[in-house]
Amino acid sequence: MAIEVRIPTILRTYTDGQKAVEGSGATLDELFKDLETRHAGIRERLVDDKGELRRFVNVYLNDEDVRFLGGIATELGDGDSVTILPAVAGGAV
Amino acid sequence: MLTITQALYDRIVEHARADHPDEACGVVAGPEGGGRPERFIPMLNAARSPTFYEFDSTDLLKLYREMDDRDEEPVVIYHSHTATEAYPSRTDISYANEPGAHYVLVSTADTDGSGPFQFRSFRIVDGEVTEEEVKVVPAY
Repeated sequence: MAIEVRIPTILRTYTDGQKAVEGSGATLDELFKDLETRHAGIRERLVDDKGELRRFVNVYLNDEDVRFLGGIATELGDGDSVTILPAVAGGAV
Repeated sequence: MLTITQALYDRIVEHARADHPDEACGVVAGPEGGGRPERFIPMLNAARSPTFYEFDSTDLLKLYREMDDRDEEPVVIYHSHTATEAYPSRTDISYANEPGAHYVLVSTADTDGSGPFQFRSFRIVDGEVTEEEVKVVPAY
Protein backbone atom coordinates (compact mmCIF):
# COMPACT_ATOMS: atom_id res chain seq x y z
CA MET A 1 0.00 0.00 0.00
CA ALA A 2 1.75 3.12 -1.16
CA ILE A 3 0.85 6.39 0.46
CA GLU A 4 2.46 9.65 -0.51
CA VAL A 5 3.51 11.77 2.44
CA ARG A 6 4.27 15.45 1.92
CA ILE A 7 6.94 16.70 4.29
CA PRO A 8 7.19 20.33 5.51
CA THR A 9 10.50 22.20 5.25
CA ILE A 10 11.22 21.92 8.97
CA LEU A 11 11.09 18.09 8.86
CA ARG A 12 13.08 17.58 5.67
CA THR A 13 16.21 17.05 7.75
CA TYR A 14 14.73 13.59 8.37
CA THR A 15 14.08 12.88 4.69
CA ASP A 16 17.38 13.98 3.12
CA GLY A 17 15.68 17.13 1.91
CA GLN A 18 12.92 15.31 0.06
CA LYS A 19 9.59 17.15 -0.17
CA ALA A 20 7.62 13.92 -0.37
CA VAL A 21 8.28 10.33 0.64
CA GLU A 22 6.36 7.10 0.36
CA GLY A 23 5.11 5.02 3.21
CA SER A 24 2.63 2.32 4.05
CA GLY A 25 0.14 1.48 6.75
CA ALA A 26 -3.55 0.81 7.26
CA THR A 27 -3.79 3.74 9.69
CA LEU A 28 -1.96 7.00 10.26
CA ASP A 29 -0.34 5.46 13.33
CA GLU A 30 1.05 2.59 11.25
CA LEU A 31 2.18 4.98 8.56
CA PHE A 32 4.19 7.07 11.04
CA LYS A 33 5.76 3.93 12.51
CA ASP A 34 6.68 2.85 8.98
CA LEU A 35 8.21 6.26 8.24
CA GLU A 36 10.24 6.02 11.43
CA THR A 37 12.01 2.89 10.14
CA ARG A 38 13.53 4.89 7.27
CA HIS A 39 13.50 8.39 8.71
CA ALA A 40 14.55 7.95 12.33
CA GLY A 41 13.36 10.69 14.63
CA ILE A 42 10.46 11.92 12.53
CA ARG A 43 7.73 10.15 14.52
CA GLU A 44 8.62 11.95 17.72
CA ARG A 45 8.00 15.26 15.97
CA LEU A 46 4.48 14.16 15.02
CA VAL A 47 3.14 12.27 18.02
CA ASP A 48 3.52 12.81 21.76
CA ASP A 49 4.57 10.22 24.35
CA LYS A 50 0.95 9.06 24.66
CA GLY A 51 0.93 8.25 20.96
CA GLU A 52 -1.49 11.07 20.09
CA LEU A 53 -0.95 13.66 17.39
CA ARG A 54 0.89 16.69 18.67
CA ARG A 55 -1.37 19.69 19.15
CA PHE A 56 0.56 22.02 16.84
CA VAL A 57 1.13 19.61 13.98
CA ASN A 58 -1.58 19.48 11.36
CA VAL A 59 -1.97 16.28 9.36
CA TYR A 60 -4.28 16.05 6.38
CA LEU A 61 -5.58 12.99 4.61
CA ASN A 62 -6.07 14.18 1.06
CA ASP A 63 -7.81 17.53 1.81
CA GLU A 64 -9.18 16.80 5.24
CA ASP A 65 -7.65 17.57 8.64
CA VAL A 66 -7.38 14.16 10.35
CA ARG A 67 -8.65 15.71 13.59
CA PHE A 68 -12.06 15.70 11.90
CA LEU A 69 -11.56 12.08 10.83
CA GLY A 70 -10.10 9.51 13.18
CA GLY A 71 -7.03 11.36 14.45
CA ILE A 72 -4.01 9.05 14.76
CA ALA A 73 -6.32 6.05 14.08
CA THR A 74 -7.52 7.47 10.74
CA GLU A 75 -7.70 4.69 8.17
CA LEU A 76 -5.66 4.99 5.02
CA GLY A 77 -5.99 3.40 1.61
CA ASP A 78 -3.74 2.78 -1.35
CA GLY A 79 -3.10 5.96 -3.30
CA ASP A 80 -4.01 8.29 -0.44
CA SER A 81 -1.97 11.39 0.10
CA VAL A 82 -0.98 12.59 3.56
CA THR A 83 0.24 16.16 4.11
CA ILE A 84 2.03 17.27 7.27
CA LEU A 85 2.09 20.97 8.12
CA PRO A 86 3.21 22.50 11.39
CA ALA A 87 0.66 24.98 12.73
CA VAL A 88 1.47 28.62 12.18
CA ALA A 89 0.74 29.91 15.64
CA GLY A 90 2.02 32.04 18.48
CA GLY A 91 0.97 34.95 20.57
CA ALA A 92 1.83 37.43 23.22
CA VAL A 93 1.85 35.01 26.15
CA MET B 1 17.85 42.31 6.78
CA LEU B 2 14.25 42.46 5.62
CA THR B 3 13.63 44.61 2.57
CA ILE B 4 9.94 45.31 2.02
CA THR B 5 7.94 47.79 -0.02
CA GLN B 6 6.08 50.63 1.63
CA ALA B 7 2.83 49.25 0.18
CA LEU B 8 3.28 45.82 1.83
CA TYR B 9 4.42 47.42 5.07
CA ASP B 10 1.26 49.54 5.09
CA ARG B 11 -0.99 46.55 4.44
CA ILE B 12 0.47 44.62 7.37
CA VAL B 13 0.00 47.63 9.65
CA GLU B 14 -3.56 48.18 8.37
CA HIS B 15 -4.44 44.55 9.04
CA ALA B 16 -3.03 44.71 12.56
CA ARG B 17 -4.94 47.93 13.27
CA ALA B 18 -8.18 46.55 11.83
CA ASP B 19 -8.12 43.40 13.98
CA HIS B 20 -7.06 45.13 17.19
CA PRO B 21 -7.70 44.17 20.02
CA ASP B 22 -7.36 40.64 18.57
CA GLU B 23 -4.06 39.52 17.14
CA ALA B 24 -3.82 39.70 13.35
CA CYS B 25 -1.71 37.27 11.33
CA GLY B 26 -0.71 36.51 7.78
CA VAL B 27 1.98 35.81 5.25
CA VAL B 28 3.77 37.64 2.50
CA ALA B 29 4.79 35.03 -0.03
CA GLY B 30 7.55 35.37 -2.58
CA PRO B 31 9.34 33.29 -5.21
CA GLU B 32 11.17 30.32 -3.69
CA GLY B 33 14.77 31.08 -2.83
CA GLY B 34 14.46 34.75 -3.76
CA GLY B 35 13.86 36.17 -0.30
CA ARG B 36 11.64 38.93 -1.65
CA PRO B 37 8.18 39.37 -0.14
CA GLU B 38 5.63 40.04 -2.88
CA ARG B 39 2.17 38.56 -2.37
CA PHE B 40 0.23 39.77 0.67
CA ILE B 41 -2.00 37.06 2.16
CA PRO B 42 -3.90 38.09 5.30
CA MET B 43 -5.00 35.05 7.29
CA LEU B 44 -7.86 34.52 9.66
CA ASN B 45 -6.83 34.18 13.28
CA ALA B 46 -8.73 31.00 14.14
CA ALA B 47 -8.08 31.68 17.84
CA ARG B 48 -9.71 35.18 17.63
CA SER B 49 -7.78 36.15 20.71
CA PRO B 50 -5.92 39.21 21.98
CA THR B 51 -3.08 36.97 23.18
CA PHE B 52 -2.89 34.10 20.69
CA TYR B 53 -3.03 33.46 16.98
CA GLU B 54 -3.27 30.35 14.88
CA PHE B 55 -3.94 29.99 11.16
CA ASP B 56 -7.11 28.01 10.55
CA SER B 57 -6.04 24.47 9.60
CA THR B 58 -8.06 24.31 6.36
CA ASP B 59 -6.78 27.74 5.29
CA LEU B 60 -3.25 26.62 6.15
CA LEU B 61 -3.45 23.65 3.78
CA LYS B 62 -4.90 25.84 1.05
CA LEU B 63 -2.14 28.42 1.57
CA TYR B 64 0.70 25.89 1.35
CA ARG B 65 -0.82 24.14 -1.68
CA GLU B 66 -1.16 27.46 -3.44
CA MET B 67 2.41 28.51 -2.63
CA ASP B 68 3.63 25.10 -3.79
CA ASP B 69 1.80 25.44 -7.11
CA ARG B 70 3.26 28.90 -7.64
CA ASP B 71 6.80 27.96 -6.50
CA GLU B 72 6.53 30.37 -3.62
CA GLU B 73 7.54 30.26 0.01
CA PRO B 74 6.41 32.22 3.07
CA VAL B 75 9.03 34.99 3.00
CA VAL B 76 7.35 36.95 5.80
CA ILE B 77 5.13 35.52 8.54
CA TYR B 78 3.58 38.39 10.47
CA HIS B 79 1.42 38.80 13.52
CA SER B 80 0.53 41.50 15.98
CA HIS B 81 0.87 41.87 19.69
CA THR B 82 -1.92 44.04 20.95
CA ALA B 83 -0.79 44.97 24.44
CA THR B 84 2.90 44.16 24.53
CA GLU B 85 6.03 45.01 22.58
CA ALA B 86 6.79 43.67 19.12
CA TYR B 87 9.22 41.02 20.30
CA PRO B 88 8.78 37.22 19.96
CA SER B 89 7.25 35.66 23.06
CA ARG B 90 8.15 32.24 24.35
CA THR B 91 5.08 30.90 22.53
CA ASP B 92 6.16 32.55 19.27
CA ILE B 93 9.58 30.96 19.57
CA SER B 94 8.36 27.46 20.37
CA TYR B 95 5.94 27.39 17.40
CA ALA B 96 8.29 29.03 14.90
CA ASN B 97 8.67 26.34 12.24
CA GLU B 98 9.91 28.27 9.23
CA PRO B 99 13.64 28.87 9.71
CA GLY B 100 13.83 30.59 6.33
CA ALA B 101 11.12 33.16 7.08
CA HIS B 102 11.29 36.69 8.42
CA TYR B 103 9.03 36.78 11.46
CA VAL B 104 7.50 40.24 11.50
CA LEU B 105 5.89 41.47 14.68
CA VAL B 106 3.92 44.64 14.97
CA SER B 107 2.59 46.07 18.18
CA THR B 108 -0.72 47.86 18.25
CA ALA B 109 -0.20 48.73 21.91
CA ASP B 110 0.87 52.27 20.96
CA THR B 111 -2.71 53.46 21.20
CA ASP B 112 -2.39 52.97 24.96
CA GLY B 113 0.47 55.47 25.16
CA SER B 114 3.33 52.99 25.29
CA GLY B 115 5.36 54.70 22.61
CA PRO B 116 5.56 54.80 18.84
CA PHE B 117 4.16 52.08 16.60
CA GLN B 118 6.50 49.12 16.41
CA PHE B 119 7.28 47.09 13.28
CA ARG B 120 10.17 44.70 13.83
CA SER B 121 11.58 41.66 12.07
CA PHE B 122 13.30 38.56 13.43
CA ARG B 123 14.79 35.27 12.38
CA ILE B 124 13.79 32.41 14.63
CA VAL B 125 15.94 29.32 14.12
CA ASP B 126 16.16 26.40 16.57
CA GLY B 127 14.67 28.52 19.34
CA GLU B 128 17.17 31.33 18.78
CA VAL B 129 15.88 34.83 18.03
CA THR B 130 17.90 37.32 16.00
CA GLU B 131 16.51 40.75 15.28
CA GLU B 132 17.27 42.18 11.86
CA GLU B 133 17.07 45.58 10.23
CA VAL B 134 13.89 46.47 8.33
CA LYS B 135 14.44 48.47 5.16
CA VAL B 136 11.28 49.97 3.68
CA VAL B 137 11.63 50.85 0.00
CA PRO B 138 9.24 52.54 -2.47
CA ALA B 139 9.57 49.56 -4.89
CA TYR B 140 11.91 46.64 -5.63
